[in-house]
Amino acid sequence: MIETGQKPVLEARGIVKVFGQHRALDAVDFTALPGEVHALLGENGAGKSTLIKILTGAYQPDGGDLLLEGQPITLRDPLHGQTYGIGTVYQEVNLLPNRSVAENLFLGRQPTRFGLVKRREIEGQARALLARYGLDLDVRAELSEFSVAVQQIVAIARAVELSGKVLVLDEPTASLDRNEVERLFDVVRGLKAKGLAIIFITHFLDQVFALADRVTILRNGRKVATQPLSAVNTTDVVRMMLGKDLAFEHHPTSLSGGPQGAVRVEFKGLGRKGMTPFDLAVHEGEVVGVAGLLGSGRTEVARLMFGVDAAEGGTITVDGQPVTIRNPAQAVAAGFGFCPEDRKLDGIFGDLSVRENIIIALQAKLGWFKALNRDDQIELSGRYAEALDIRAADHDMPVKLLSGGNQQKVILARWLAIDPTFLILDEPTRGIDVGAHAEIVRTINRLREEGLALFVISSELDEVVAYSNRIVVMRDREMVAELHGDDIAPDVIVQSIAGTRAEVRP
Amino acid sequence: MNRSLRPLVATTLIFLFAFLLAVLQHPAMMSTRVLGNFLTDNAFLGIAAVGMTFVILSGGIDLSVGAVIGFTTVLIAVLIMWLDLHPLLAFAIALGVAGSFGAVMGAAIHYLKVPSFIVTLAGMFLARGGASVLSSDSIGIQHEFYSTVSKSYILLPGGGRLTVIGIIMLVVFAGAILLAHRTRFGSNVYALGGSETSAALMGVPVARTTIMIYALSSALAGLAGVVFSLYTSAGYSLNALGVELDAIAAVVIGGTLLTGGYGFIAGTFIGVMLQGLVQTYIVFDGTLSSWWTKIVVGVLLFMFILLQRLVFRAGSRRT
Repeated sequence: MIETGQKPVLEARGIVKVFGQHRALDAVDFTALPGEVHALLGENGAGKSTLIKILTGAYQPDGGDLLLEGQPITLRDPLHGQTYGIGTVYQEVNLLPNRSVAENLFLGRQPTRFGLVKRREIEGQARALLARYGLDLDVRAELSEFSVAVQQIVAIARAVELSGKVLVLDEPTASLDRNEVERLFDVVRGLKAKGLAIIFITHFLDQVFALADRVTILRNGRKVATQPLSAVNTTDVVRMMLGKDLAFEHHPTSLSGGPQGAVRVEFKGLGRKGMTPFDLAVHEGEVVGVAGLLGSGRTEVARLMFGVDAAEGGTITVDGQPVTIRNPAQAVAAGFGFCPEDRKLDGIFGDLSVRENIIIALQAKLGWFKALNRDDQIELSGRYAEALDIRAADHDMPVKLLSGGNQQKVILARWLAIDPTFLILDEPTRGIDVGAHAEIVRTINRLREEGLALFVISSELDEVVAYSNRIVVMRDREMVAELHGDDIAPDVIVQSIAGTRAEVRP
Repeated sequence: MNRSLRPLVATTLIFLFAFLLAVLQHPAMMSTRVLGNFLTDNAFLGIAAVGMTFVILSGGIDLSVGAVIGFTTVLIAVLIMWLDLHPLLAFAIALGVAGSFGAVMGAAIHYLKVPSFIVTLAGMFLARGGASVLSSDSIGIQHEFYSTVSKSYILLPGGGRLTVIGIIMLVVFAGAILLAHRTRFGSNVYALGGSETSAALMGVPVARTTIMIYALSSALAGLAGVVFSLYTSAGYSLNALGVELDAIAAVVIGGTLLTGGYGFIAGTFIGVMLQGLVQTYIVFDGTLSSWWTKIVVGVLLFMFILLQRLVFRAGSRRT
């Protein structure tokens, strides 16, 4: 479907980008053809986002050339890129939630008469524009009143309207559900048919195969390959991304036995308004996985356990001793650790260093008067960084500069440093690439083998299956099933979540 | 209903209700005479609050407003009484000085990445100090232009007087409503308040807009100074102490979100009128201490912050 003779719209030749000592991109070539969806894949730190930022003008390359329709160009910033026809839509919609849809589409180029904006005209044009994307909505309503999917489409409409040659979609599907993804894909296919070059970045391989024509894979700042997707399969792609044989075809052979060790933590009748009380015991050396759809109450359970939300009844015992947990400080004192779902918001202290991020929970537990001295800090952070293979050039660098996977490991290290009895992980692989997924999964398995009790929430069924001794299924804010042994399989979980399992197994 | 309209509607209802109560108790308050005085007495606060609305909409704060008003009254008095300039020329110079002062603050906020709170706090000390250096004593202004202005008014049916400064305030509000809701500059102000990063990516000229916002706020504070000067016929360095706080209160009571992005100029008008109503009521009552104004404003402010919290929390729950 793509002839090799076609002229690229946007071409990058031998792009080099250096940060300090680190070569983020090393002689990378990339071409975007008209009328194709070109997927860009790579692990965290492979250089995907750096390349995108260079293509859109957010960064300037330290070497190499950018060519637009054969002409060399230099981009000062994304706005400048836009004037050349290169538009970008980011994962976090970069529009104005507080303004109307129409204004979001036309901000910066509103038609005016005597200095006054022609609002009717803008609204009319906005309606007509969105109709072409299959959206019929009140363009005067605030953008924030619409779902993320609609906001994405509005962002795409604006980007295409302003640029119109190249459209960069940076993880646009990360927070969409299946139907919304389909809807977005229809829009993208429509734009492709119109001859736009679309560059598509995502973590979801199935989406790459569903939508893209070609794929370019980056690894450690170098290009591994550019291939038509018709010529490769998933295994090829993953192998190229990771460059190592995947220990990812995991199956829980050793896990199917019953609970090991003694009961570590026991929750009895824990609940609060809008949340059915639950009983759960987690043993030493056991991972209890939690499966359920978004909004099924998974995160709420974790928050109850850790005292983020105070429980309205129920008891908690740790190693047989009753404890009271009404706030996170008490949870930490009881030896609990919690890695929340939204790392950036609730987990990391972006501006603090890797070292400070690791020691902060331990310091909080020790209290004000027992400050860890610098040598202890360095020793501790060094030990855990090594144990978890945290890749940071320097433990004094701000943690926000690390990739998502490494940030996640920093949070894990933080809790391991307090020598926890019980660790709660909420979506530990969210927003992390496939390669790092495997590593996080391995880390969880290792912690379990070391005797830790873990409670892990994940919507990645393959992963839950890979580390759980037991799986709790949640639906409508209630624990509806507990799966053991052979039932720990994606199919069974899906049926259980959907509530069809009883009929399936008479 | 658009949720950003809710605080505005609430303010309007509270104002009407309070006015009704006041009129029931003191029927004399329902006259164009009281209404006219209402506008005249609150003109300088209203004009300053308009500028403050733009600043707060963009997500900033301007603490220099009161000091700029004080400085302007002194500067005008000095120009007229010591340098013998015509008042209109003095006004023009004062507005220019105030506007440039604001532009410099805006530039500092944008280019030095210093929070507006800090920059305008420094601006407040500078303006207040500058006023005292010009003259630490009150300077009375005697000029026929002043007496002409104070004698000019439009007679309202019922004997009320719509004075020049009352008209100036109404014109400022009308102009500001157009500026905020119907121009690109207005859109850019809201855009900055919504998300500065997004606004920049969408092509909003962040530097220019920020500078213009603070220049506008200071120029309007300057205009408030002009009005204050006409109102009191004097320039004094300690004039309008703490007016910036009254202005912020008026803006917030008027339904503008302190974190920026949501609000209306019209709301600020009602916020100012509500403060004026409380003062007028106290005057009519005769037995209450004028400090009750502060208490009522404090209660209202607290109520509105709570209200906004509820409205916007309810709205953002779906994420």
